[in-house]
Amino acid sequence: MTETQGHYYVPEPSRYPIMVSGGIFLLALGFILKINSIAIGQWSMLAGFLLILYVLFGWFGTVIGESEGGRYHKWEDHSFRWGMVWFIASEVMFFAAFFGALFYVREFSVPSLLDTQSLWPGYAGAWPISGAGPGGKAFTPMGAWGIPAINTMILLTSGATVTWAHWGLLKNNRTQLIAGLFLTVALGISFLTLQAYEYHHAYTELGLTMGAGVYGATFFMLTGFHGFHVTLGTIMLIVILFRSMKGHFKPDSHFGFEGVAWYWHFVDVVWLLLFVLVYWL
Amino acid sequence: MTTATVSTHDDHHDHGHPSGIKRWLFTTNHKDIGTMYMIFALIMFLVGGMMIMGVRAELFQPGMQLMKPEFFNQLIGVHALIMIFAALMPVATGMANWLIPMMIGAPDMALPRLNNWSFWLLPPAATLLVMPFILALFGVGTGAVATGWTLYAPLSVQGGMGVDFAIFSIHLLGISSILASINVVVTILNMRAPGMTMMKMPLFVWAWLITAFLLIATIPVLAGAVTMLLTDRHFDTHFFDAAGGGDPILFQHLFWFFGHPEVYILLLPIWGFMPHILSAFARKPIYGHKAQVYSFWAIGIMSVIVWAHHFFTVGMPIPALLYFMYSTMAISLPLAVLFFCWIATIWRGSMTFETPMLFALGFVILFGIGGLTGLVLADVAADAQYHHSYFVVAHFHYTLFAGGIMGAMAGVYFWLPKFTGHMYDEKLGKTHFWLTAISFNLTFIPQFFLGLAGMPRRIPDYALQFTEFNMISSLGAFALGLSQLLFVYIIIKCARGGEKASDRVWEGAKGLEFTLPSPPPYHSFTTQPVVK
Repeated sequence: MTETQGHYYVPEPSRYPIMVSGGIFLLALGFILKINSIAIGQWSMLAGFLLILYVLFGWFGTVIGESEGGRYHKWEDHSFRWGMVWFIASEVMFFAAFFGALFYVREFSVPSLLDTQSLWPGYAGAWPISGAGPGGKAFTPMGAWGIPAINTMILLTSGATVTWAHWGLLKNNRTQLIAGLFLTVALGISFLTLQAYEYHHAYTELGLTMGAGVYGATFFMLTGFHGFHVTLGTIMLIVILFRSMKGHFKPDSHFGFEGVAWYWHFVDVVWLLLFVLVYWL
Repeated sequence: MTTATVSTHDDHHDHGHPSGIKRWLFTTNHKDIGTMYMIFALIMFLVGGMMIMGVRAELFQPGMQLMKPEFFNQLIGVHALIMIFAALMPVATGMANWLIPMMIGAPDMALPRLNNWSFWLLPPAATLLVMPFILALFGVGTGAVATGWTLYAPLSVQGGMGVDFAIFSIHLLGISSILASINVVVTILNMRAPGMTMMKMPLFVWAWLITAFLLIATIPVLAGAVTMLLTDRHFDTHFFDAAGGGDPILFQHLFWFFGHPEVYILLLPIWGFMPHILSAFARKPIYGHKAQVYSFWAIGIMSVIVWAHHFFTVGMPIPALLYFMYSTMAISLPLAVLFFCWIATIWRGSMTFETPMLFALGFVILFGIGGLTGLVLADVAADAQYHHSYFVVAHFHYTLFAGGIMGAMAGVYFWLPKFTGHMYDEKLGKTHFWLTAISFNLTFIPQFFLGLAGMPRRIPDYALQFTEFNMISSLGAFALGLSQLLFVYIIIKCARGGEKASDRVWEGAKGLEFTLPSPPPYHSFTTQPVVK
């Protein structure tokens, strides 16, 4: 940090940031119109999505090109690392909002509502709430020891496989790197498949929907945002897998790999909290 | 504080950066991006100001005069959102962009493309916020968000399409703030010149480091809260609905977990300006550099554990009230340290009173009033009476206009000659200060009394006995609004030309940025200076 530094790479002007802002604007505007039943919304969303997709390929393509072209050195690498650390920190706080809401409803609002009056037949004021539900749509809470327990094993294993892949990269063992990443991607996809099945089960058999009181709300928002992050993580891992197969990354310089691995571990830790606080206790 | 040996920057290879509009759209240069932030902030400051002129016109006399109550509510809420997110935060970020790399001897911000993205998320966000006003003219929707900037449930759950626009506007503003904060933190941690240890960092840089930490910690919580609001509105969840086991007060907790630190997010960069300006015009070193750093830390940490003082009257258990009251009052300790450091810095200095110094001194006095009235509100028993009255409105305008905006103006006047290479018109600057300071007090002193007398905020009509003070307040507000046009004129005039500014600009100015020419070269420090 304080040792004498060389030249810091300041990239050329880029058209991607403003384009992705435009894409996000169209996507958000379209979504607002759509949920308010204005028909052109979906076309705005589509245009925004395509623009974002284009920028993702273009921007990350540029960065990968710069990386492989040797534009980044230790100094830039430090910036990327710190950047990823603080990005993950902000993600932690995003989940903290939903865990905070879960804590609040479990500790305060659900028990206190028992004092006033019964919300619906079978409302016991205890967590997890169940029974007839708001609007008389009965629901059953999700158990912990079926699919969620299996999914816990899957994610924990995937944390191990991505570390094994990292060891392969450090030893310059390509086969181990690619095999480890492939296993991690496969485990990520298995997790998502099982979660999709679990959601289907919840909606069709348990009556457990987004509308199933605060239980349904916290359940689907927490597991849903986690699932969304697993999806992103899996896509990132797939990109890293392809880059590894193309011979990218060196034992002493592979921030792209490590950034994704950190993200994957973060998603893993969030799941452990989810398993304990949403499914189990 | 810092002496530097600057090697020549003759080798700054301008790799043909595009000119014209593309320079601004695609730029990765911290100065260009900082300029865009500040122009955007100035424009939105005027937009938000015009909205509140409408409100003050309505409140000039009792009775419904100019607009429907729904529109009045929309103007109030959007005024606040614009002033906070689209005026004050961007001007602070713009100053950070300009100054942090120069102050720590860096070539640029650490993540230049991300920096451009942070800025270019703002115009779409502002568009989303204001768009419902325009859509309503064409018969689409019922206008902008009409809940006040706090978006309290259940009102916001039941509100019209404007709430959805506000939610997504907040998402975009939030992404922008988080990305900008990540950039600031990374720049400070990784880009300092050799010899620039953390404790040698200028106080503005320190203040922004804490600001950025607070943004990273709290903006995602706001994002979570408005997301829950969105799903409560459209996707059948019951976070804020007691019929499903939820609670509207949960929204207030989540909102103010962000909202209270937000106050310090707005003010910390300004507190960072003060020691630079006060010491330059008192021609004395900054008093208590370390003490101020520790105070920033203390305020930053304490700001996230006091949020519930914003809704003392909502019905909390007594122990919770006591905790939030005492913790809130405790923040005045590190803040008092800052005040003493500012005063000790100018104590027995050989002071001159150029425009930045006038704004800085005005800041110290008026922000002091804002802080002291905050202590009154922090008292649970007193707050039971003052809550949701004009006393609160006056209090937070003393902190956020006199503290925030006037403090930002002090910083702008102080560094503008450095940015543009020209001195601004000193006579006009001083005129601007006195117009602003007098009309500001004319606007908000009456509001303290209105609040004490029981006038509630956010109501377009009022009882007859409040008429005179409301008239005075409205006249003050119109004068305050008009005075800001002078500010715009001064800035444009300074950007276009004027007396050439020296490298040091001010006789007493210190810091690495004053070792560079005025205006500084496109790439500040291509070769890093060595700080001794």
